[in-house]
Amino acid sequence: MGGKVIGSILAALVLVATWGPGAAWAQKGPIKIGFLAPMTGGAAQVGKDMVNGLTMWLEEHGHIIAGRKVEVIVEDTQGQPNVALTKLRKLVESDKVQVLAGGLFAHVGYALAPKVDEYRIPMLYPVMAADDLTQRKPARWVVRTGWTSSQPSHPFGEWVVKTLGYKRVVTIGIDYAFGWEVVGGFQKTFEEAGGQIIQKLWPPLGTTDFAPYLSQVRRDADAVFALMVAASSLRFPRQYADAGLKARLPLLGGGTTFDEFVLPSLGDEAIGGISPLIYSAAIDTPVNRRFVKEYRARYGKVPSYYSESCYTTGQWINDAAKSIGGDVEDREKFLAALRKVEVPDAPRGPVKLDAYGNPIQNIYVRKVEKKDGELWNTVIQTFPAVSQFGKYKPEEFLKQPVYDRNFPPCKYC
Amino acid sequence: MDFWISQLFNGVSYGALLFLLAGGLSLIFGMMRIVNMTHGSYYLLGGYVALTVIWRGGNFVLAVLLGALAIAAVGIGEWNAFLKRLSGQELGQVLTTMGFALIFQDLALLIWGGDPYTIPVPAVLSGAYTVGQLYFPVYRIFIVAVAALVAVVLWLVLERTRIGAMMRATVDDPEMARGVGINVYLISMAVFALGATLAALAGAVAGGFVGVYPGADFEILPYAFVVVIVGGMGSLKGALIGSLMVGLLDNFGKALFPELSYFTLFAPMAAILAVRPTGLFGRA
Repeated sequence: MGGKVIGSILAALVLVATWGPGAAWAQKGPIKIGFLAPMTGGAAQVGKDMVNGLTMWLEEHGHIIAGRKVEVIVEDTQGQPNVALTKLRKLVESDKVQVLAGGLFAHVGYALAPKVDEYRIPMLYPVMAADDLTQRKPARWVVRTGWTSSQPSHPFGEWVVKTLGYKRVVTIGIDYAFGWEVVGGFQKTFEEAGGQIIQKLWPPLGTTDFAPYLSQVRRDADAVFALMVAASSLRFPRQYADAGLKARLPLLGGGTTFDEFVLPSLGDEAIGGISPLIYSAAIDTPVNRRFVKEYRARYGKVPSYYSESCYTTGQWINDAAKSIGGDVEDREKFLAALRKVEVPDAPRGPVKLDAYGNPIQNIYVRKVEKKDGELWNTVIQTFPAVSQFGKYKPEEFLKQPVYDRNFPPCKYC
Repeated sequence: MDFWISQLFNGVSYGALLFLLAGGLSLIFGMMRIVNMTHGSYYLLGGYVALTVIWRGGNFVLAVLLGALAIAAVGIGEWNAFLKRLSGQELGQVLTTMGFALIFQDLALLIWGGDPYTIPVPAVLSGAYTVGQLYFPVYRIFIVAVAALVAVVLWLVLERTRIGAMMRATVDDPEMARGVGINVYLISMAVFALGATLAALAGAVAGGFVGVYPGADFEILPYAFVVVIVGGMGSLKGALIGSLMVGLLDNFGKALFPELSYFTLFAPMAAILAVRPTGLFGRA
């Protein structure tokens, strides 16, 4: 009996000695990350880019975070809020993950947040950009490592008036929360700088044929601001050119309209498109050049902002877990640590959270150009350290309602 | 005026695409009473095969034709191996075709990945004709031309040839057709293959215009069903009129009442069904 006890102690000592530091945590089992992404359906490629980003970070770091092995469980949301909720339940209740991440589409983000708060498990949102999750309806357990929909639009709207000199713009935005917020943010600063939105068109999510909208575009405009997502980004530029508009009206857009994931499939009709976003694969810094090169070597394509954001999310989880000695089981402590993370050298540039839990980061104005036979989002202007409130005071900004279909109202339509 | 002309043109060209897709569905539906949920997959696969042919150096016409033929073979296989055995069991058939649709969706994702693509269009077919202030994209004119050609050929085959007569007989009364010595199985297979071919053709042609991407199959399927339900199943004329109606309604609905775009599409469908449960040209 006594011999047995001594034997186990010895065995334990040997284990600790051979595994080295971190072995104590290893006994707790791996850190499980539950990752939600659309792996089938219209946004499947975005989902793949997201998973690739996180996977690449983990592979580069040997699947170890704070001395503990890391296990990622990917679940397919099909881009649907109800499916995402079911999968969230599965990840928490049967897989017992300690941290959640991922998700795509603003409305999915709004649907998941209350459930995440109910489970009291930290969830990182690298992509879902729904404004109010870090504004009027903050979710306590959601940590945003991505952006708010209107964040890039704020500096861009003003810039379009002042630098490009366009005064009258028509907007065409996909008709759901993300579209309203991107267009709304643009309209606010654009009109405050002296521009006029003279028409707002809202094609539904999943529109295949934009002709009915394109043929309504007013002819007395200076430019068109289009917000497309996923597969619609693919069709829109060609249909825009086919409708004879490219020759007459320059095309501006939200960042996702000229997504990196869609650029290789676009033709020359996309050249010249200008859009703001938190990332461009063409950012010319050593960190990003290395990231793009490595990503390409692994997955055979240029990383999109989805890949970058999920890659940085890996870094984020790591930094937070490390700062609390890998004790991610203490959820309150882990959440607090996640909110404190600052990543000074992410591929997209420096990132840290504001008091409302949304990253303060650079916004890049990108122009689609052709280099060596490939389309790239060349950076033509960088706004450093932009917060989700832009140049406004948070308290004042939060007095206005969240951007939607009819806010800001179209005064010049 | 300009507005009406260009919207009319848009509606007709979208209707033409829908006709290519729904014509086959209508025949299959009417002749075999198979609610073919795989139809959207044929559309998707047709686009992907065409794309692959172009990647391998084939030209546009070859790509579209090979896409259509390859999917005809897929359709024949599916029918022979599974659907034939389920003849008359409507629920079993629906579930089988649904199963195939899901399998094809995943297979396509496995083979072609999740990236969205557009099929490169030859220079002759890109750009637009301008008439005054109006723009008519050449590719849309091309789609209308293809649909018109297919409609005429189908009509000639169905109305003017012996095999067409056999097909119509099978639609009207399969038992009697069998009784007078028509090989209903062979005819059914041919119709199924024809339906698949048309769907694939639609997919390949649409690839140059709305793109080929995962999810296209289930995105387009409801439209095809609306066309068939409005037009009446098994009727070529019904499919043609139905497609034009759906194309125009969808287009004018979106242009005039953008907030009600689904309402303007589905409300007329409900109204038609209330008055004529078999569709405009269908027979009970």
